Amino acid sequence: MSRIQQCFDALRASGRKALIPYVTAGDPNPEMTLPLMHELVEAGVDVIELGIPFSDPMADGPVIQLAMERALAHNVSLRQVMEMVREFRTTNQTTPVVLMGYLNPMERMGYETFAREAAAAGIDGVLTVDLPPEEAEEVAPLFREHGLDCIFLLAPTTTLARARKICEHASGYVYYVSLKGVTGSAALNVTEVADKLAQLRTVTDLPIGVGFGIRDGASAAAVAGVADGVVVGSVLVNQIAAHVGEPEQARAGITAVIREMRAAMDR
Amino acid sequence: MADSNPIDYASVPDQRGHFGPYGGRFVSETLMDALEELETLYEKLSRDPEFQAEFDRDLAHYVGRPSPLYFAERLSAKVGGAQIWLKREDLNHTGAHKVNNTIGQALLAKHMGKPRVIAETGAGQHGVATATVAARLGLKCQVYMGAEDVKRQALNVYRMKLLGAEVIPVTSGSKTLKDAMNEAMRDWVTNIDDTFYIIGTVAGPHPYPKLVRDFQCVIGREAREQSLAQAGRLPDALVACVGGGSNAIGLFHPFLEDQDVAMYGVEAGGDGLETGRHAAPLASGRPGVLHGNRTYLMEDENGQIIETHSVSAGLDYPGVGPEHSWLKDVGRVNYVDATDTEALAAFRELTLVEGIMPALESSHAVAYAMKLAATMRPDQIIVVNLSGRGDKDIHTVAGIDGISV
Repeated sequence: MSRIQQCFDALRASGRKALIPYVTAGDPNPEMTLPLMHELVEAGVDVIELGIPFSDPMADGPVIQLAMERALAHNVSLRQVMEMVREFRTTNQTTPVVLMGYLNPMERMGYETFAREAAAAGIDGVLTVDLPPEEAEEVAPLFREHGLDCIFLLAPTTTLARARKICEHASGYVYYVSLKGVTGSAALNVTEVADKLAQLRTVTDLPIGVGFGIRDGASAAAVAGVADGVVVGSVLVNQIAAHVGEPEQARAGITAVIREMRAAMDR
Repeated sequence: MADSNPIDYASVPDQRGHFGPYGGRFVSETLMDALEELETLYEKLSRDPEFQAEFDRDLAHYVGRPSPLYFAERLSAKVGGAQIWLKREDLNHTGAHKVNNTIGQALLAKHMGKPRVIAETGAGQHGVATATVAARLGLKCQVYMGAEDVKRQALNVYRMKLLGAEVIPVTSGSKTLKDAMNEAMRDWVTNIDDTFYIIGTVAGPHPYPKLVRDFQCVIGREAREQSLAQAGRLPDALVACVGGGSNAIGLFHPFLEDQDVAMYGVEAGGDGLETGRHAAPLASGRPGVLHGNRTYLMEDENGQIIETHSVSAGLDYPGVGPEHSWLKDVGRVNYVDATDTEALAAFRELTLVEGIMPALESSHAVAYAMKLAATMRPDQIIVVNLSGRGDKDIHTVAGIDGISV
């Protein structure tokens, strides 16, 4: 059983929902990420989504664009991101880590090489923003062969017929994008999300994480009421942006947000 | 080429938008439904005689087509080789080939009932062409333009404003065309319900490379008829500049089955390919995925897209339309380059000898055609796509001359 599945099974058994933070690897510098991952776990997260820096993050808003620019100023590469996870795994064998990013750095490395090295580093899943299942026919089976879960996106514009097809290709969990927009967009509408998730439950048994527009304990708790996981990114990355050069303050800001969300979700 | 197993050029793209290994639809999930809707509508309208008649009518009476095929006799004599003929897309309304495509896509937007259009632009020609059709159809229009290009192309920025469009300078990344395209995609994903994205070149997710090609093919269809009528035969060679590659594909595509017609796509050589400061992904890049399609890209060893350089803003793009990648691999089109210096020399030469001031983009094609002509016989014919006029570049050229106008 994959680490992701184990994680969601355990959460289900205890009646809790997954808190899934996103941070861009290497933001604002490569030294930041490993201690941050450990502190996130201590603060109560269940799965970590680690962003792979890319020069052209088409689906991201300004907050994550700038995070990627900060990481790329240090030339943080996909290989280095995998190395960070390998180090993380020397002391943590339980928290699932999902790499989230765009296809081109993986294509450049070569899918076979990437899948093999990612699995060896202890990475559990891959979410490729610009890889819909239609284009994943070669890549997805290769990832699965190496024990990597393929996390696909579902959107408000995804028809039910399409969602069914996507979920057939997905494993681990699926990621529902709560609104039409880029990361860091305005607040989500929980009623709309609840309606859509009820429909999606008719086509899949996979856990459903919801992201985009979650910014505090209240919105995290509201989403946790209808979803299996709450994904939070831009509000964390904002803490890094506000404290470049002050890594301890940045990490303290992030863990404060996480603790607030955790408490609100578990209440 | 008496090939027993000829390539079927009409077979691409396939149903999924693939040109061999290139093209496709690499976008985030939110856009997939809109792209499928656009594809379905376009498949229907492309076979609808009424839609085609509407398109042809607009091209005739609004754009001013057909554009002439002009024998540049003095330039040819000066070069001393093959005859150089110019396909005068610079004479179109708004001054470039871009309007052929924006007319077509605006008609699609109208059929879909979208009240708002967005576009990305590099040199500003596509932005102007989009703002123009938006004004004519009463559509709200926002144009994304790299902050660097806003500076380089101040005249076109003001033209767009006069046409009622809002120009949004993009300050992320390298602040040029690729970043404008990122930003337009972000806008589209946010405003997908009421917005039609008018992509300016034969790139992006399927069905854009196909539909933009189809709209631009009027260039090659006319050139083919005109060559037969005026010269009594098909040309020996076609030359067009390639940034994203829409003017080139428009000229080349209707000739692909004519095996005796050689084709040259001219990329921006910038300071020279050997310096690394250029915008020639077909010459020196490798396949990757950007902006919704797989194609040749300029990237570093980690798969990050690298900054490009060209004196012409319209060619300053690290990717290229996926059909060009395929045509390179199958060997049908020769992809070559012209440097900034060569393009500027051609700009001056055509202006002085023929009284025609080409866009700096098109000057790359003229520069290569002059080199090519010199190696050919006087009874041979080269058709060059003069894709745009150079008025917008006068500031750039004057600046290089150290003159402020």
